[in-house]
Amino acid sequence: MAASSYPGYGMLRFLLSRIGLLIPTFFGVTLVAFSFIRLLPGDPLELLAGERGIDPARKAELMAKMGFDKPQWQQYMDYLVNVLHGDLGTSFASKKPVLTEFLTLFPATAELAFCAIIIAVCLGIPAGIFAAVKRGSVSDQAIMGTALVGYSMPIFWWGLLLIILFSGILQWTPVSGRISLMYFFPQVTGFMLIDSLLSGQKGAFTSALSHLILPSIVLATIPLAVIARQTRSAMLEVLGEDYVRTARAKGLPPRRVIGLHALRNALIPVITTIGLQVGVLLAGAILTETIFSWPGIGKWLVDSISRRDYFVVQGGLLLIAAIIMIVNLIVDLLYGLVNPRIRHT
Amino acid sequence: MTIQKTLKAALLGASLAVIAATGASAKTLVYCSEGSPEGFDPALYTSGTTFDASSKPVYNRLVEFKRGTTEVLPGLAESWDVSEDGLEYTFHLRKGVKFHTTGFFTPTREFNADDVLFSFERQLKKDNPWHEYTQGAAWEYFDSMSMPSLIKEIVKVDDYTVKFVLNRPEAPMIANLAMDFASIFSAEYAAQLDAAGKKEMLNQEPVGTGPFSFVGYQKDAVIRYQAFADYWGGKQPIDNLIFAITTDAAVRLQKLKAGECNVMPYPAPADIADIKADSNLTMMEQQGLNVGYLAYNTKQAPFDKPEVRKALNHAINKQAILDAVFQGSGQAAKNPIPPTMWSYNDAIEDDAFDLDLAKKMLEEAGVKDLSMKIWAMPVQRPYNPNARRMAEVMQADFAKIGVTVEIVSYEWGEYLNRSKAEDRDGAVLLGWTGDNGDPDNFLGVLLGCDGVGGSNRAQWCNKDFEDLIQKAKVVSDKAERTKLYEEAQVVFKKEAPWATIAHSVVFMPMSSKVSGYVMDPLGGHWFDGVDIAE
Repeated sequence: MAASSYPGYGMLRFLLSRIGLLIPTFFGVTLVAFSFIRLLPGDPLELLAGERGIDPARKAELMAKMGFDKPQWQQYMDYLVNVLHGDLGTSFASKKPVLTEFLTLFPATAELAFCAIIIAVCLGIPAGIFAAVKRGSVSDQAIMGTALVGYSMPIFWWGLLLIILFSGILQWTPVSGRISLMYFFPQVTGFMLIDSLLSGQKGAFTSALSHLILPSIVLATIPLAVIARQTRSAMLEVLGEDYVRTARAKGLPPRRVIGLHALRNALIPVITTIGLQVGVLLAGAILTETIFSWPGIGKWLVDSISRRDYFVVQGGLLLIAAIIMIVNLIVDLLYGLVNPRIRHT
Repeated sequence: MTIQKTLKAALLGASLAVIAATGASAKTLVYCSEGSPEGFDPALYTSGTTFDASSKPVYNRLVEFKRGTTEVLPGLAESWDVSEDGLEYTFHLRKGVKFHTTGFFTPTREFNADDVLFSFERQLKKDNPWHEYTQGAAWEYFDSMSMPSLIKEIVKVDDYTVKFVLNRPEAPMIANLAMDFASIFSAEYAAQLDAAGKKEMLNQEPVGTGPFSFVGYQKDAVIRYQAFADYWGGKQPIDNLIFAITTDAAVRLQKLKAGECNVMPYPAPADIADIKADSNLTMMEQQGLNVGYLAYNTKQAPFDKPEVRKALNHAINKQAILDAVFQGSGQAAKNPIPPTMWSYNDAIEDDAFDLDLAKKMLEEAGVKDLSMKIWAMPVQRPYNPNARRMAEVMQADFAKIGVTVEIVSYEWGEYLNRSKAEDRDGAVLLGWTGDNGDPDNFLGVLLGCDGVGGSNRAQWCNKDFEDLIQKAKVVSDKAERTKLYEEAQVVFKKEAPWATIAHSVVFMPMSSKVSGYVMDPLGGHWFDGVDIAE
């Protein structure tokens, strides 16, 4: 009996090969993050001093103190060694460890991204199915047209438009922030929806939820469009398959044919698409967080780039890349579970 | 660790209970600030956003600027004497001043000379245990105001008397001590942090003597303060002060309109008319303490000739620049210092926009087919919202007198650095925002001989001008200093090392329920004395 026929062996080999791929990717990311921020002209001290300027001798002294006087390769090696020891460095601006800052801000981004993906999945999949079933109809064209508009929407403009309409004119939602300023409680998990419930303060949860609506919609717009389009095309493919036609011929009600036979298979590529959207969400978070004054990692990174806060940019990019890699690994594994053909190839 | 966390949460809860206990009658003012503070130790930073959140609400200084002016008043020092040779400044400290009691610190003593010594020596002395209390601590402002070379020593005469001994007389010294970096910290709090091995908290949880005590900061989102009941200047009309960090100007305005905040800084120029028309809002405005200029390189031909510089100045259409670049939020500049600054010489006449005259003057100077570079900054600054556009307006007008202009730009850090070079090619657009309201902070820093190759972008060293400003720096009589600076401005105008372009106008929209807000010519945002109607 060959080893590969042991149950679970294929899955283990698949898992190991995927994890093996992560290691070179990880080093690649450290190198890219390290070099990109240094390729930008200007340095943190010069920018901090502004028009006032800084005495060249004093600048050299401070640069040496921070280790920026060493050759680039040596700085990179030092950085790599520190990263492997779990030390991502200290922010030049706030003087706090990068990891601490990331962990403080990440829950806000995660909460927003999570709500956005829920909206995108809950609306995108049904819309895609509906469009596929009604292929060629006016509803199909309307849904796909809207999806195209959503996909091409400039996020900043869209967010501001929603704020002016829903918060300014209609006054249905708050303009920005994570919760009304009247609520103030210790951060336990960093997830405002959970913390507001834990606080036991009346109305806190509703306030947190109402603050999430607009930014989640804005952030969900592009993934929603992508998921709807992907679901539609996957469904169309599956609906043409023999077994679906057989199911129909057997006289099964259309709801059963679509829900049970077609959808299950059509979902496989859709799951991959959803996994890929995590990167899109984190990128979109940069703009969404800026518009909605959302204290997450997107805004933090943009500020750090303009300040040339080297360690924050390096560490932040590395952590985000790690998250995207982990999510994609999970998606790959799920995919392997759903589709046995994948893990054996 | 868990116990510590629980304790911290309990303390936070207790301080919240205090806020809650003040109940429905508590007055809260929300300020939609434009960015996050980098930290809460103002001496470590240079940005106004950080000062607004740290030095202004939480701390006091030995001397303070009178609100709305650059006049210096007693602060934590009730009075001071200056020795005849101008080398010794003796400060008599205020008694009975209390430091904040917060969830993380309870003072056991009142403010005294030890706190003054601690606040300055940590910046001055390299061997002070607090000199490098955080990684990369740089005392930017202390250094750039030349304090390390200026201060010889700081002596505690007794608990309520401190003497600053200088290496040379320096008239702007008192104004310097009203600046943010000169905020007074609690030496007792520092000692407590040191004992607990948590020095870095000095930059995260501030304790001062100011009108508001720090309650908490949720990074990039909200900063909370509480009015300090035992403030030596009396308790504030409001009970709570909240900074809601909102980086986008359009969103800040929406929040102000929706009542989510009561005061906002830096409106977008395009929104100004709309805000003025809104009856629920009040718009305050003030001339900024700044100047935007075009600095010729006076070391390079043909710009080494004052006649050439003067001719080009006649070809700059300031009104067109104000319309195109400032959109109504600026005023033409004729002097290198703004009109709100003492010693501003209003008798000086500006170079009129006259292309024929400019052309004639160039011909007389023997300059033909001149081509030059104009450097345009890549960033928006208060004194120049759009340098590229400004350069284009100049380019168009210079073309009419036969001068070809090439516009160049570099990344901001590069721009600042390269424009310092003495052999730099071309004229540079730049500007300056005042630090302490003293004319020396403009005339000395930007046009003095010491600044050549550095902050003096015109590379201009004129003996007459230099003599006047050096004399003004050591004389302590303000009337005499005023006279000297007025004369210096006459020399400046005659020699024209710069084309002075504009001073900006700063706008401050707020809810009409807010009263008592006073705009700061130095660009800070202060909330002591501010009230809000229920």
